[in-house]
Amino acid sequence: MAKKKVPEINGSSMADIAFIALIFFLMVTTMDKEEGIARQLPPIPPEDQKVEDQKVNRRNIIQVKINAADRLLAGGVPMDVSQLKDKIKEFMTNPYDDPNLPEKEEQDIPGIGKVMVSKGVISLQNDRGTSYQAYITVQNELVKAINEIRDEFSMQHFGKKYSKLDDDQVDMVRKAVPQRISEAEPKDVKKKK
Amino acid sequence: MAKFIKENKGELPQMNTSSLPDIVFIILMFFMVCTSMRQNETKVRVRMPQATEIAKLDRKDLASYIYIGTPSNQYQKEYGTDSRIQLNDVICKDNNDLSAIRDFIAAERESMSEQDRPFMQVNIKADQDTRMGIITDVKQELRRCSALKIVYGARKGGVQK
Repeated sequence: MAKKKVPEINGSSMADIAFIALIFFLMVTTMDKEEGIARQLPPIPPEDQKVEDQKVNRRNIIQVKINAADRLLAGGVPMDVSQLKDKIKEFMTNPYDDPNLPEKEEQDIPGIGKVMVSKGVISLQNDRGTSYQAYITVQNELVKAINEIRDEFSMQHFGKKYSKLDDDQVDMVRKAVPQRISEAEPKDVKKKK
Repeated sequence: MAKFIKENKGELPQMNTSSLPDIVFIILMFFMVCTSMRQNETKVRVRMPQATEIAKLDRKDLASYIYIGTPSNQYQKEYGTDSRIQLNDVICKDNNDLSAIRDFIAAERESMSEQDRPFMQVNIKADQDTRMGIITDVKQELRRCSALKIVYGARKGGVQK
């Protein structure tokens, strides 16, 4: 019984079709990665709320200000951006229990036990004329300082770097080393154009 | 012997291209996996600032984008050379009237599914030379429409002074 041979499909145009699809994808897609510094904005206070004296002790706040010429002032001292990280680290950890640096509070964190948690708050203020690059650079230094403290803390308690911890451990470290950066209400230093 | 010589007239045999489609398909697959659809055309020039401590966004579908920068050449006639805000495909008409942001956020919220709405993120992609004034205005407006999760777009790199 002779089998009838099925004619083969001509596949020579397959390459062209694939090329067209490839070119389509090259045109309509982008490769840029979505990366950035995530921040949470404070909610707008309701209008009827009275301006209360927030009971944050003076020693618990460090003011970081950037002026229109991108100069930096941290804790009343003008400094370079490269010095900011160490300043923030010293402020947040307060290694020698300096009475001028933030107080610490003993907290019981499930999974770790009792740890001293700093009450420090970083308050960031900028001018309308500050450049965005300077602002991001300062934000970056603040995050870097906090990340380094968290790294040290997790090395001490888990023997691993912060980025290698699992979700539960990350939560614990976040509680023990909070990231309190408050972006103050903008102050109109100069009037809008 | 002569029979063999007759068959091969000294011509080069044709190259076998049957694997070409496969190769092209592999390249195609690579691009499909590695890239994402272009959301909208940027009409303002954005060169994002550099930072080292940046986190990758895990869910792109939750993000809305606000671009801030100077209009690119073909739009400068219309919008000038000052920093402008771009929402979706349009550049805001007036920098002092930010009600467009409110509408934009409301529309973006509407397009999300119910359970995703609390996780909505606003990605601010601003040029590194933008002044903070305009960004502060945008931030204040975002606070007013309670879109509180924001991401400052940045690219990886050494921080320059």
